[in-house]
Amino acid sequence: MSGREFAERGADLELVGIQKRFPGFTAIEELDLTIPAGSFFALLGPSGCGKTTTLRLVAGLEEPTQGRILIGGRDVTDTKAHQRPVNTVFQSYALFPHMSIIENVAFGLKRRRMDDPMGKAHEALKLVELDHLAQRRPAQLSGGQQQRVALARAIVNRPALLLLDEPLGALDLKLRRQMQLELKTIQEEVGLTFLHVTHDQEEAMTMADTVAVMNKGAIEQMGAPEELYELPRTAFVANFLGKSNLFTGDVVGTTSEALSVDVAGHRITVPVARAQRHQGLVTVGVRPEKVALHLEAPDAASTRNVLGPGRVIDVSFAGVSTEYIVAVPGAGTLSVFAQNVGFGPVAHEGDEVWVSWQVEHGFGLADEPEESDRFPADDDTRSIAVQRREALISELEGS
Amino acid sequence: MSGEAQAGAVLGGLAGSEELEQRRPPQAPRRRRVGLGDWLLPVYVTIAFVFLLIPIAYTFVFSFNDSIKSNISWRGFTFDKWLNVCNVEGGAVCEAFGNSIVIALVSTVAATTLGTMIAIALVRYRFRARSAISLLLFLPMATPEVVLGAGLAAQFLAVGVPKDMLTIILAHTMFCISFVVVTVKARVASLDPALEEAGRDLYGSPRAVFWRVTFPLLVPGIMAAALLAFALSFDDFIITNFNSGSVTTFPKYVYISASRGIPAEANVIASAVFILALAIVVIAQVSRAARAKRLANAAG
Repeated sequence: MSGREFAERGADLELVGIQKRFPGFTAIEELDLTIPAGSFFALLGPSGCGKTTTLRLVAGLEEPTQGRILIGGRDVTDTKAHQRPVNTVFQSYALFPHMSIIENVAFGLKRRRMDDPMGKAHEALKLVELDHLAQRRPAQLSGGQQQRVALARAIVNRPALLLLDEPLGALDLKLRRQMQLELKTIQEEVGLTFLHVTHDQEEAMTMADTVAVMNKGAIEQMGAPEELYELPRTAFVANFLGKSNLFTGDVVGTTSEALSVDVAGHRITVPVARAQRHQGLVTVGVRPEKVALHLEAPDAASTRNVLGPGRVIDVSFAGVSTEYIVAVPGAGTLSVFAQNVGFGPVAHEGDEVWVSWQVEHGFGLADEPEESDRFPADDDTRSIAVQRREALISELEGS
Repeated sequence: MSGEAQAGAVLGGLAGSEELEQRRPPQAPRRRRVGLGDWLLPVYVTIAFVFLLIPIAYTFVFSFNDSIKSNISWRGFTFDKWLNVCNVEGGAVCEAFGNSIVIALVSTVAATTLGTMIAIALVRYRFRARSAISLLLFLPMATPEVVLGAGLAAQFLAVGVPKDMLTIILAHTMFCISFVVVTVKARVASLDPALEEAGRDLYGSPRAVFWRVTFPLLVPGIMAAALLAFALSFDDFIITNFNSGSVTTFPKYVYISASRGIPAEANVIASAVFILALAIVVIAQVSRAARAKRLANAAG
């Protein structure tokens, strides 16, 4: 930042053709991203997907191998970290242990020779409700308080762009929820552009206006949280953001509104508008909470997909809802979330059940089915345990 | 019950048996066994401390000896030696002491400055032959001092540098650097790189980040290294003896005068240095305890 003035408002961030290679591996393959000014943008992905590297590139702590970085239309690719109108809330907070809280917060202002750094620092501390601890050392504060100081130290500089590197990761669940709300409030209050990196899908969905799901150094899908959740485009997004039941089969019929997929003899219908691919081998899916469980065979209706009969192989009660794992011969296992509106589970292990969901709740993925696993969710421990038990039962019945 | 206690005493070892008995409920009285550990350990500790402290006690006590020429037998108590420490032999003791202080100060500053820079470079930057340099820096510590001193003396002779204060300072700086690098390196390695990144992120130029973040955080390590360098330089005899020419340092003075009976003034200076060191440690501990208490109060 060359000037001595604050950024008046958030600036938009533009990444053009970014690539980052480290000796031995490529962290970011090819990244194009535009974040509009004033938005709360979340970069979501598993560890090692390149999201933190992206953040460090924007902050100027790493240099891209290729591509340009523009903040508010100005190319900052060749500038150093201390020259960029960007501040970061680090994952470890990185508060200076040898300075008091107020000195920590005033650090950036003093480096830029702002007027009245102490007064502004106190104001920032008031915003995070920690002004009474101004004279303490970071080591004397709790994790949540340190996190708020780190936030105050960043926003006091009124950066055009605030970068958050999983700053809530070290907090316990209750504190995290509280901090999420506070962060959101502060963002709306000060009107800055926030770029938040996280692996917590719930955090990303509750806080951000726009979420980009990142995988293996590239963005898989980007959009509003509801859009990403209701209409995932890839198997990775479908399973990283919540759970999904996925089925792979050939398209056997197409009308102007719907396409029918044959999954091992079962016919599943998906709206054309919600499917990315319209012919050949496709993967379709539905969210577990959209699926209904039936103890008797439901009447066939063109508006619902029905699978069954199948068998309940696992029931787990989670208070507000119950998760049933249903094995449908040929179609694999399905997960069903049912609200506990009555008392307790309605079906038990071993019961014969049917499952159904409304056609308009289904979605079709863009993945090449050959590339992805048939049932990507099967690699979690519960599914493996279920499969083992299934195999054992069939073995016992066979003998 | 007693069998269990016995087993416990054996398991707890010699020192642990007493503690174990205290934890026993009072309603179970039993005969107290006097084990080997009850007397062996205290006796051993006493002997060890006597062995360690006798030379220091001797030095201190004999600094008050009313000696005439040699300071070996006790001839009566006097403060004279403490009051007139610089007045014997034309002040030779004090001159040697002064030389040692000057040499130690200059080589400490030089070795600490260079060593700190080397340590930061070795930890923070990747460059060719980095690990080889790390290893080479370790060599002066592993080499016998006699060899180091003799080798250096030969080099000074070959180049034709006259031996004086400067050659001693050069020699001391050389071997102190290794110790400084090792000490400061540990501190640099434990420094979270995110702190410096935060400094850069908060508009700190490289210079500002170094002086306001990196350096203050390294100060404890640098201070420890400087104290170590000072102590090593101050009492070095072997390397000094090879490279000092006609300059006399305090260790050299004591060594030479040992052949004809060390004057009590040497005891005075040695005792004074010892008391000073002790005082520094006590002050540091007391102020640290006071600070910890203040911080605890502020937090509470």
